[in-house]
Parts: sequence; structure tokens; C-alpha cells
Amino acid sequence: MFDKFDQIFVTALHWLVSFLPEGLRPFVSALICIAFVMSVFPGVFALTTVLERKILGRIQNRYGPNRVGIPFTKIRLCGFGQFIPDGIKSLTKEDIVPRAADKVVHFLAPVVMLVPVLLAYAVLPFGKHMTITDYDAGLLFFFAVGGAVEVSVFMAGWSSRNKYSLLGAMRAIAQMVSYEIPLILSAVTVVMVVGSLNLSEIVKHQNNYTFGIAHWHVFTPWGLVGFILFFIASLAESNRTPFDLPEAESEIIAGYFTEYSGFKFALFFLGEYLGMFAIIGLGITLFLGGWTSPVSFLTWIPSYLWFLSKLMTIVFVFIWIRGTLPRLRMDQLMNFAWKFMLPLALINILVAGIWHYMAADWPRWLVCSAIIFGAYAILGRGLMQNQNFGKRIYRYAE
Amino acid sequence: MPPFFIITGIVTLLGAAFAMSLRNLVHCALAMAVAFSGIAALYLQLDAQFVGFAEILVYVGAIAILIVFAILLTRSGEAPEKSVLTSGWMAGIAVSAMVFTMLGWAVLNSSAIPKETPPAPVATVKNVGDALMTKFVLPLEIIGLVLTAAMIGAVIIALKEDSQKSKSEDGGQQ
Repeated sequence: MFDKFDQIFVTALHWLVSFLPEGLRPFVSALICIAFVMSVFPGVFALTTVLERKILGRIQNRYGPNRVGIPFTKIRLCGFGQFIPDGIKSLTKEDIVPRAADKVVHFLAPVVMLVPVLLAYAVLPFGKHMTITDYDAGLLFFFAVGGAVEVSVFMAGWSSRNKYSLLGAMRAIAQMVSYEIPLILSAVTVVMVVGSLNLSEIVKHQNNYTFGIAHWHVFTPWGLVGFILFFIASLAESNRTPFDLPEAESEIIAGYFTEYSGFKFALFFLGEYLGMFAIIGLGITLFLGGWTSPVSFLTWIPSYLWFLSKLMTIVFVFIWIRGTLPRLRMDQLMNFAWKFMLPLALINILVAGIWHYMAADWPRWLVCSAIIFGAYAILGRGLMQNQNFGKRIYRYAE
Repeated sequence: MPPFFIITGIVTLLGAAFAMSLRNLVHCALAMAVAFSGIAALYLQLDAQFVGFAEILVYVGAIAILIVFAILLTRSGEAPEKSVLTSGWMAGIAVSAMVFTMLGWAVLNSSAIPKETPPAPVATVKNVGDALMTKFVLPLEIIGLVLTAAMIGAVIIALKEDSQKSKSEDGGQQ
């Protein structure tokens, strides 16, 4: 019974495709899968924009959007219809291209941004048997297409012929390149322990229960560190606060998409949020058990609902962090990535190796935790000593 | 030839041609990124997933960005006034055609390449990883060492300027 609910989309797809002639089936099923990704995740994006504004409003003691509901009725839905007028507005706005801009590259940049981001969804397991293309090297595919986003950021920043845009693009690329290293290294631990780059395999490896609690990687010492590193790096990769230097409003207007307006701006916005969802989805798959349930007595809840609820929980944490933390400085950003996260990620790889080869008993918990805590303490101390934190001295203009 | 191969081949060749012939260096770099992605698609068609994805990850994600940064840091993005073809382009074509024929002749007559196509090996990512960690572990380690040395060298070159600058800044503050 519950299994049927779990597999409802898969059965529906098979049923739909079964009406077609044999030759057309792969094409149509691919088209339906693409339509699924293109409708569900932009839908989640639309809701997240409203949710973000409402939560930020709540954190800052104001209301946030609370007027627009279903059009032509008096139903307000607490303002959750806000994304409809927002979308219409961005469609109807004038598309301004600077006179000095490199027209072709300026036009192509938002498209180049969105394509790799959407491609990344091809390998994510959204639910049981719900991976669109189950590549043998799915994790590698994800990181490979993610690398193409940097090209689009550069294209946008450079083609605008605007100093703010170029500065924003430079910052964004420096940040993405730096944080991609801890991101990939923290994911490598999972690959080492599971022994596969296939994302479905990785989820399957976590779908076991002891005393009713799932074997998620985050519940192991290396997995916890890996998840925290992955989480921080994914914040930076998706240009979210406190790593939003590439689009720091108070310094460089909007960074690399300063010169974009109308729907091109909306495409950048969409690309950024879809990239965030994709990278959160990868984090969930690697460390939080993908579509599996955390406790064995809740396995009857459909797998895609678990995936979606985990996704929205982490999106909420992202918004929460945005409402809480101030922006880092460029040198702090780089120091953090290269002097703290990179060594810790390397040590974490060592710990994952020890974990893999020690007997599955309590000593390996002790040894692994001890190494991680020691490394964390030494790295943290070492960084703090160089910083010379003292009383802050303010200088005022005279 | 399958249509997909023709499409990716045309995209790759066009990207390469534009990378050579466009005036603006940044455009050339972007066209080269297109050519790299085309090559990656060709690898994927040959079922070489690891090589294909590594091609995108390394060449599109890193090398293209590196080239673009190098262009931006060394000169302005303005296109040069003079035409792409210099006066000696006829001689250039002749020389390159000669080199191409020589290389082609050498490759076709070489004994290192087997005459018959060997059966396609099963190149899963696992096999590639196993080979890298067993048979080719020494080359891998040497490449790692060389790259680390290069990186440290680059950092040292960059550091020298920086320490002088920070000294003068410190002097200014005190």
C-alpha cells in the first residue's frame, strides 16, 4: 500500500509511456523527466523566494510579504502568491543592455548559467528509483557541470563592461574555485567509504537501520565533519550570506549581474537558487541519507517527501544564517577556505580511511573522534593566534 | 556516422576555429571552452565517462578560467586593431600542412599502433581508479609531486611582492 504511494511517479511514468510505440519511449520518458525537473524545482524556487522574504521579515521584526494570494479572489494565503506578480513583473520589464556591452556574450551568460545547473539535477536521486540518469560516475558529473557555472559568471561580469560587474565576477570565481576544493574533498570521504561514485549506491549504503536509527553518514565522526565542511562550502558555492561577497549590495551593487534587467536578471536569480537546491540535494544524498527516513518506523512516508522535507529544512537553515550572520571580508574568506577548511578536509580523508579499515567497534569511534577534535583544536588555535584579536579600535573621519 | 557524433564534431571544430580566428582574446578563450565541451561530449559518446567528466571539470572549469584570468590580468580586454591574418599566413599554412603530413605519415607507419582495432575495454570508473592506484601509482605520485612543487613555486613568487607591500603598509600605519 505505502509502497504504491512511494512509487506513484515511477508507475505513472511507466503507464504513460506504455501507450506509445517502442521507438518513441526513451525520448518521451526523457522529455517527461525533464518536464518534471523544470516544473518542480522552479516551483520550489518560487515558494522559497516568498519564504525567504517572510522568514527574513520575521527575523528582522517586520511582516514581509503578506498581501498577495490567489489572483481575483480574496484568499490571501499569508502572501504566498507573491511570486506570481514578481514573475510577471520581471517578464514585462524593459531589457536594458549597456551600449558598451559585448552583446552576444551578455545575452548568452544567463543561458550558460542555467543549463549546467539544470543538468546537475539529472543525477540526483529524488526518491526510491527516482534518479533520472543513473551514471556510474554521477558524483563526478555533478561537480563537472558545476564547474561550468564559473564560466557563465565570468561571461556576465566581463561582457557588461562595468567595473562593479567585473569585480563581482572576479570575487565570485575566486570564491567558487577556493571553496570547490573543500567541497569535493569532503565528498571524497563518502566515496571512499561507499566505494562508488554512483549516487544511488551511496543512498543505498545509508539505507540500513540499527536500533531503529538509520546509518546516515552524518552520524559518524568523519561524516559529521564532512557534512559541516560540505555545508559551509555549499553556502559559499551558492553565494549565500555570509559568503555573499560576489553580490555584496553595499559594496558592488549586485556583482556580476549588475547590468542585467528584466527576465535575464530573473534567470540569474533562478540559476542561483536552482544551483543552491542542487548542491543541498547532493549534500542530502551524500550525508543525510538521501531519500531514506531517519528512523525505521517512519519508512512508510514516501521517499520523495523525505527528500523534499530535508531540502526545505536545509533551505530554512540557509535563510536563517542569512538573517543572522554578517558578511565576511575577502581575506577572511580566503583564509578560512585555505587555512582551515582545506587541512581539516584532508585530515578528514585520513580519518575516513582509518574508519574504513578499523573493526566496526567502539575503538574506531574513539580514535576517529580524537583525531578530528585534535585537528580542529590545533587548526582553530593556530588561526586565532595569527589574527591578533584584541580590542577593536575605531577610527573616525575628522 | 550517428547524427550525435556529427553535431558534436561540428560544434568542436567550430569552437576550435573561432578560438583561432576571433579578434578578441576573451572571445577566443570562451570559444575554446566550447571546443573543450565538444571534446568531452565525444568522450562520453565513446562511453568514457571518467575522461569526459574530467575533461569538463578540468578544462572548462579550470583551464578556461585560468586562461581568461591570465588575459584579464596581463592586458585590457580591447580587441587589437590589426587583422588576425598576418602577412605571412600563406607560409604559415604551408608549414602547418607539411608538419601535418609528416606527423600523419609517422603515425600511420608507426609500429606502436596496432593495425586492427582491439576490442573495446570495459572502462568503468572503478577500473580507472584501480589502475591509477596499482599499475600507474608511480606516475600519479610523480605528477602530484611536480604539481605541488609548481604550486609552492607560484606561491613563493607571489609572496615576495606581497611581503614588501605589507611592510610598507605597516610602516604607514604606525
